Amino acid sequence: MVGAPSSRTPLHLGGPEKNAPGPTVAVQHLSHWYGKGEMRRQVLQGVDLVIDPGEVVLLTGPSGCGKTTLLTLIGALRQVMEGSVRVFGQELCGSSRAQRQELRQGIGMIFQGHNLLRCLTAEQNVQMGSDLLPSLSYRARRDQAREWLRAVGLADHLNKLPHDLSGGQKQRVAIARALAARPRLLLADEPTAALDKQTGREVVDLLKRLARDQGCAVLMVTHDPRILDVADRLVQMEDGRLWQADASGGSMVEYGES
Amino acid sequence: MNGFWQSRRIPLSWLLLTRQPARLAVALAGISFAGILMFMQLGFRDGLFDASVTVHKLFDADLVLMSPRTMSSIGMAGFPRRRLVQALADPQVKDTTPVHWNLLLWRNPQTRATRSILAIGYEPTDPLFLDPSLRSKAEVLNQEGRVLFDSLSRPEFGPIAEWFRQGKVVETEVDGKRVRVGGLVELGPSFGADGNLITSDETFLRLRPNTPPGSIELGLIRLVPGSEPAVVAQRLRKQLPKDVAVYTKKEFEEFEKNYWRSSTAIGFIFTLGAAMGFVVGCVIVYQILYSDVSDHLPEYATLMAMGYRLSGLLGVVAREGLLLAVLGYVPAWLAGQGLYALIRSGTKLPVAMDSQRSLLVFMMILVMCMASAGLAMRKLADADPAEIF
Repeated sequence: MVGAPSSRTPLHLGGPEKNAPGPTVAVQHLSHWYGKGEMRRQVLQGVDLVIDPGEVVLLTGPSGCGKTTLLTLIGALRQVMEGSVRVFGQELCGSSRAQRQELRQGIGMIFQGHNLLRCLTAEQNVQMGSDLLPSLSYRARRDQAREWLRAVGLADHLNKLPHDLSGGQKQRVAIARALAARPRLLLADEPTAALDKQTGREVVDLLKRLARDQGCAVLMVTHDPRILDVADRLVQMEDGRLWQADASGGSMVEYGES
Repeated sequence: MNGFWQSRRIPLSWLLLTRQPARLAVALAGISFAGILMFMQLGFRDGLFDASVTVHKLFDADLVLMSPRTMSSIGMAGFPRRRLVQALADPQVKDTTPVHWNLLLWRNPQTRATRSILAIGYEPTDPLFLDPSLRSKAEVLNQEGRVLFDSLSRPEFGPIAEWFRQGKVVETEVDGKRVRVGGLVELGPSFGADGNLITSDETFLRLRPNTPPGSIELGLIRLVPGSEPAVVAQRLRKQLPKDVAVYTKKEFEEFEKNYWRSSTAIGFIFTLGAAMGFVVGCVIVYQILYSDVSDHLPEYATLMAMGYRLSGLLGVVAREGLLLAVLGYVPAWLAGQGLYALIRSGTKLPVAMDSQRSLLVFMMILVMCMASAGLAMRKLADADPAEIF
């Protein structure tokens, strides 16, 4: 199959569009609740988190501790209730639906399931990502989509439909699609969950390398202990609070209080 | 680069439809079916209304006199022939033709069964129809008991035209009196009459001996060239007594069509039939689009998470509706052509695919598809990008 990302292809896809000064993501005292009245349950309790441009942050923790909620809040998919979330310097608390939708164009997302469009070929799926760049011609966007598929090692599978691709290949198409929109922030929710050990490793390495080439910050939620070493920084969540783990994975400090 | 290349995108609506050929086929079959139903019902309706004036259209007349008691061609009342002579006093009137018009019983010479046929009686030397070929054929009518038979009449009247062309002497009874077919004409059946025959006024009076003397059913008036029929009609209405009604030829045809339209259930029935087709089509297209949106909900949510606007996705569904309308209309139109040919040969009604009806049905299909798409779009609001993680 496609080799490990050692076969580096030079990419000339242009970097991110001029980084705003300051951190890519700045979360302060973020709290979030689900439900109403008696059933109201707090899922995030005063979370603080900063992600700098180009940084790869891994978020781990037991299921149900609020990781995905944090991801959807940073991804501008949910309304922020309390606290502050700034993405690319823009405050999300109190933002309108249209503002969030526009902000999302700068955020790439990779899901647990690949969520590819079943009726589109691999190339067309990636192009759905590059179609969000309004300044390019159709041909340029299509060439870019091909370039990205080549970068993820799927140059021979341009015209295959998702159900003809293996799990790892689909996840690679999803990565290419997310990066094709030239995001400055990439959010990934357990991208390796459906993959075997080796494929998972390959996908994560690829993700990290391509994100780094683009100067794109990455926040990845994962349960997978085998991929923790790709992180620049490891953050652990428990009961709606964040803890920063040091690289050795030993002692923990409550994040943001240090 | 021009604007097209800048704004060109993946044709998502097209791909959503065509990558599921089975579903697309069902959708197109449904839309076509609805379209065919509408074509058929509207075709029948218009065809029947048109057919009610097949003979009316043939008359060589600018103005027509009728009794005010006449409601339609199947129940013509008589009026005094004198009125036609009075009309001649108007300087704009060139000449006139008095016409007898009634439904009589024709006996099929083969099966001996009787059936009512429209009989037109006139003075054979007068002009009657716009078609000049009648003039020479009419000479035979000077012999008493001769009729010209309409070869386009329904076959229930017997193989008259066939026998006549074979050179046989075709004799039968009309209202119990013996007549002989002296020639063939081509008029066409109308809504009120399945067949037609033309005869001289003398023969007509022999067939209908109870007709009051000096009473006619129709008076054809021709005007001198360059005169305005509506103006002369207005003048005649003032001059002539109230026992006669004056129509222009156009009004004469409309009067007859209007009878069938308003005084019978026919118009309502066929309009209702077309409406049924419309509703059935709506249900089918809505089902297809709704299940399409439901099936792709996670994909739509993904697109929204990627930063696509809800309005853009609504556009995808709307374009799906538009594509379905266009793709479904083409087979419906073709099938409609075939059906009309079938109706023409089966019923001899003048049903044809005219541009007005083509456009009407297309608009109905378009409205049907777009309305269904609009309803299916509401389902898109369920696509919550926060739910897909």
